[in-house]
Amino acid sequence: MIEVKNLTKLYGSFVAVSDVSFKAERGSILGFLGPNGAGKTTTMRVITGYMPATSGTVLVDGLDIFTQSLEARRRIGYLPENPPLYSDMRVEAYLRFVARLRGVPRAKMDEALDHAIQVCGLSGMAHRICGQLSKGYRQRVGLAQALIHDPPVLVLDEPTIGLDPRQIHEIRELIRKLSGDRTVVLSTHILPEVSQICDKVVIISDGHVVLEEQIAKLPAETSLEQVFLDAISRERHVETASAEEELEEVGAGHT
Amino acid sequence: MKNALTIAGKELAGYFVQPVAYVVMGVFLALAGFFFFELLSYFQITLNMYAAMQNAGVLERINLNQRVIEPLLHNLSIVLVILVPAITMRTFAEEKRTGTYELLLTAPIRTGEIVAGKFIASAAFMLIMIALAGIFPVILAAFGNPEIGVMVSGYIGLALLSLAFVSVGLFTSSLTQNQIIAAISCFGALLLLFVISWPAQTGGGRVAGALRYLSLTEHFSQMVTGILDTSDIIYFLSLILLALFLTQRSVESARWR
Repeated sequence: MIEVKNLTKLYGSFVAVSDVSFKAERGSILGFLGPNGAGKTTTMRVITGYMPATSGTVLVDGLDIFTQSLEARRRIGYLPENPPLYSDMRVEAYLRFVARLRGVPRAKMDEALDHAIQVCGLSGMAHRICGQLSKGYRQRVGLAQALIHDPPVLVLDEPTIGLDPRQIHEIRELIRKLSGDRTVVLSTHILPEVSQICDKVVIISDGHVVLEEQIAKLPAETSLEQVFLDAISRERHVETASAEEELEEVGAGHT
Repeated sequence: MKNALTIAGKELAGYFVQPVAYVVMGVFLALAGFFFFELLSYFQITLNMYAAMQNAGVLERINLNQRVIEPLLHNLSIVLVILVPAITMRTFAEEKRTGTYELLLTAPIRTGEIVAGKFIASAAFMLIMIALAGIFPVILAAFGNPEIGVMVSGYIGLALLSLAFVSVGLFTSSLTQNQIIAAISCFGALLLLFVISWPAQTGGGRVAGALRYLSLTEHFSQMVTGILDTSDIIYFLSLILLALFLTQRSVESARWR
């Protein structure tokens, strides 16, 4: 389970994420949706412990990512936006390296490798050099490294970006298969992806959560696209309204 | 510690799948061979000259260590000033640029282990390279009668010097994601450590003493002449620890921002 509580992240004076709270339940897939630059990647980087929050907390299976960082990080499998591959390593050596870092015991090493390679459809690619793989295979290796230590929590940042339709389909199937009793959080800006594989959707816009809802509870007659556009425009509307108020206040001060 | 060794193993293997390691080692050993040959020929000429003059007093004072090994080690220390930045510039800068930094920092390992792993790998590389350059004293010992102790002391000095260089290189690489910036700032720092005692030659007093103490050359020259003093060894060890500590802080700082 992942609990994000009142998360705020500033880069200098730029507010990337402001007061974001949501909850991803065990055994479900949460779709983290938002336009480019809405703060999806920032939120995921805080969840995985790559960078600390300015304020607020993240609990991973009840462990605070900042104060109990090592324990919490052990439970997470993370696929960053760009698959973090060492371009001069072979796929198998790379996965072995990641498995060691994440504390897979020596006795279970081969089993873990075989499993990850098989699940991600990498059999036959194990001896290829990471730097020479196509985008689709790089993404698969990225996914394989995220689940090599069989983590209870998977955080996937745009797992289907840059893939062709067939690959997208395959990766989606894979994620659905993987979810089981894991907690999966995946970010995307592709709407059908969310309605196809996710149980819950969180829409974020300009650093604010504008919608958190079970997919099943969304009104059946409106498409997700409509929900998304409504949520985002409501946000914009609120912003313009408050800006107008401010202007009025300034005007009032002058009269 | 296990994690540090995992990282060290991966890094060291990485040096050898790329041609960089072979180029660096090749250049270092080729230059070392050239210096050795030159110094030895010059030694030979000097020896013949004094022999022709039948100057027994001078002949006795001419010393293989002083004429060949000492200048060889000094030359190699300068070569290292240029080669070490080439080896260490990738360590952190490349990980930051390609995004694998995110993998390292989200793995359940401490930043100290990352730094230790990278240091062990670069240190091992340097020690292998210097050990290969150990062929020259062996040649001398086989065909002449140099003082073994002095040569050992000098090579220990060169090894400590290279480890100190490597730690400075790791630090500059941890500050940036640009390899060129990492290499150039490392080169600048190393050269400064080399020449920092120059003002001491004209000045005097406490400042001069402090500058002389800070200078790598002063401590290195001592060891090359065969004086294994604990204060010199402590100087190198503290330089290494300081640079590694700063590196660890710099890596950790990614978590504060």
